[in-house]
Amino acid sequence: MIEIEGITKRYDATAVVDDVSMVIEPRTIAVIVGTSGSGKTTLLRMINRLVEPTAGVIKLDGADNRSLPGYELRRSIGYAIQGHGLFPHRTVAQNIATVPVLLGWDKARIKARVDELMTLYQLDPEAFGPRYPHELSGGQQQRVGVARALAAEPNVLLMDEPFGALDPIIRTKAQEDLLTIQKRFGTTIILVTHDMEEAVHMGDKIAVMDAGKLVQYAKPAEILAKPASAFVETLVGASERPFRLLSLGRVRDAVEKGTAEGEAIPGDASQRDALAELLWSGRPALPVRDADGKPLGRVTLDGLVKRSARPA
Amino acid sequence: MRGAPERLTGEGVPIRFDKLGVVIAVIAAYAAFAAPFATFRANRIVPGQARSMLEALPAATGPLLLAIVVVAALVALFKTPLLLRLAASAAALAALALLIGVAGTFLTPTGNTFARISPASGFWILIFAFTLLLADVLTRLELSPWARVGVLVVASAAVALLLISGSWNDLSILKEYANRADSFWAEGSKHVTLALGSLLAAVIIGLPLGILCHRVERLRASVLNVLNIIQTIPSIALFGLLIAPLGWVATHVPAAAALGIRGIGTAPAFVALFLYSLLPVVANTVVGLAGVPRAANDAARGMGMTDRQRLFGVEFPLAFPVILTGIRIVLVQNIGLATIAALIGGGGFGVFVFQGVGQTAMDLVLLGAVPTVALAFAAAIILDAVIEMTATRRREASPA
Repeated sequence: MIEIEGITKRYDATAVVDDVSMVIEPRTIAVIVGTSGSGKTTLLRMINRLVEPTAGVIKLDGADNRSLPGYELRRSIGYAIQGHGLFPHRTVAQNIATVPVLLGWDKARIKARVDELMTLYQLDPEAFGPRYPHELSGGQQQRVGVARALAAEPNVLLMDEPFGALDPIIRTKAQEDLLTIQKRFGTTIILVTHDMEEAVHMGDKIAVMDAGKLVQYAKPAEILAKPASAFVETLVGASERPFRLLSLGRVRDAVEKGTAEGEAIPGDASQRDALAELLWSGRPALPVRDADGKPLGRVTLDGLVKRSARPA
Repeated sequence: MRGAPERLTGEGVPIRFDKLGVVIAVIAAYAAFAAPFATFRANRIVPGQARSMLEALPAATGPLLLAIVVVAALVALFKTPLLLRLAASAAALAALALLIGVAGTFLTPTGNTFARISPASGFWILIFAFTLLLADVLTRLELSPWARVGVLVVASAAVALLLISGSWNDLSILKEYANRADSFWAEGSKHVTLALGSLLAAVIIGLPLGILCHRVERLRASVLNVLNIIQTIPSIALFGLLIAPLGWVATHVPAAAALGIRGIGTAPAFVALFLYSLLPVVANTVVGLAGVPRAANDAARGMGMTDRQRLFGVEFPLAFPVILTGIRIVLVQNIGLATIAALIGGGGFGVFVFQGVGQTAMDLVLLGAVPTVALAFAAAIILDAVIEMTATRRREASPA
């Protein structure tokens, strides 16, 4: 659990982060969204003390993050940034091993961990381990960057626009991979982005920052349904709201009794995908099947339209 | 002589000129036909008489050398395969090197120990032209760093072989050497010690200073400005400026005097070379460290490296090729500048240069100048190779 209590960062007279308090539950993903200059990156960097706060306290599992020297604290927290920041003079394997080496793990343990992470990220350790970062594609570099951040099995992972430099298709894949790995390791993730789509997709909770202040900190559905201010409403995008709301729900949760003709849609697809398919194929309803192909019922255009309306 | 272009057209290849080759061919033609090949003097200080290539060499060899030069120039003139150009330049250089020795023996009257034969402008220009061709070919061949050092070793070995074999012994520069063999090596080692020692001192002081300038922004501008100003002081003036303070140190600090520190001699030369070396070392360290990708630095801090770990693990390795470039500049610069040290009794190859100037004996000047140029050239090639190796090691693919 991460408790941020009244944290403020001033440079001269300007408060970049202004009295922010929030609690991030363990094993969840908190996404900090805001325009550039909103203080979101500074807030993130105060958690691992790359930036020292002017006032306020940050507690990690109850302990003040100032109870350790900064470098020791940072070794226990994963850190991944936009443009990955891989060391160009070190191989992929050496890059991933950075923090374990700093922590003095023995060689066998480091190799086992590096191989495990590379396999997890679909990079063959034999083929990619000895390569240098510039020999990889952008997507591969990003995966190595996240693998490096996870190398020492941190409980907390900080990510600063980790997918910012990726093209849309690879970005979607990277987001899915991160969700899978987060579930597997139970890592608490704090992710900074300016992309509301990404925030709604990834976040268990979303923190909206504006001019150094925390404007709203809530579940995605609530941010969409009850934006706390005009700024949040703009950020959400009025024309995107219903679709973003639908994208939060799974098809199986919108199933109605009955049958429908044509190609079935899997139960764990998002309701937004189902709506898109209904609109595109001009059908009023789609059959729904679970992973084993067992029919679950159907999903209808009317039903989805009702679900996409502003919740009461 | 017209064989080369005709053969080319015979194969249906259109005749095309090589841009650099045109220049080389023009220079070579002037040097071979219009400039003197060797100079004959009755003794070491009287003005010389010019001898053309045909006059300077025995019957058959003169036309032979002329033929080799003309063919090599034609190979340079047209667009020809790289290996042919390599062979032509190497053959021309080898023939020139061998036959200038033959000219020395041929032109020296039997039993006359006063007469001096030296290479004249034509010879030097031809050497220049074909070295240019060779350098161009070697660049275009994109040789690996090791191969370039290999070429240097082969060339040095060839020169050493010619020197040992005695085939150049009748040339004036080697006659000067024979008179000064002992002091030549002593001054040579002093020259190298001066150049390398001041470089070493500059690296030991300049690297930490550069790192400090990188970390402390306020220091950077002032330190670099001071070093810049030092760089603009003419070397002779700097020697003069150092005489007073070092003389004072010598008279007031007995230990310093015991170490050989005096107002004139090696000490001010060493200090001056050291001061000149600081700017390239410090400036390149600052530039190299500033060129380290921001993201890599941020990631290094974010993953919990201490400042020291970040410096030695990330910043320094990434800045190393740039720092090494600074060291290369310093080394080549110092080898040249150390010549001036002789003016204030600092020794080195400059001793021969200034003696030669004083005696109007150009051969003696060359005895000091040629080894200096050769040393600087060799140092540049070796350090360039090292720089390329450190910069490319991380780029080399290592397929599993």
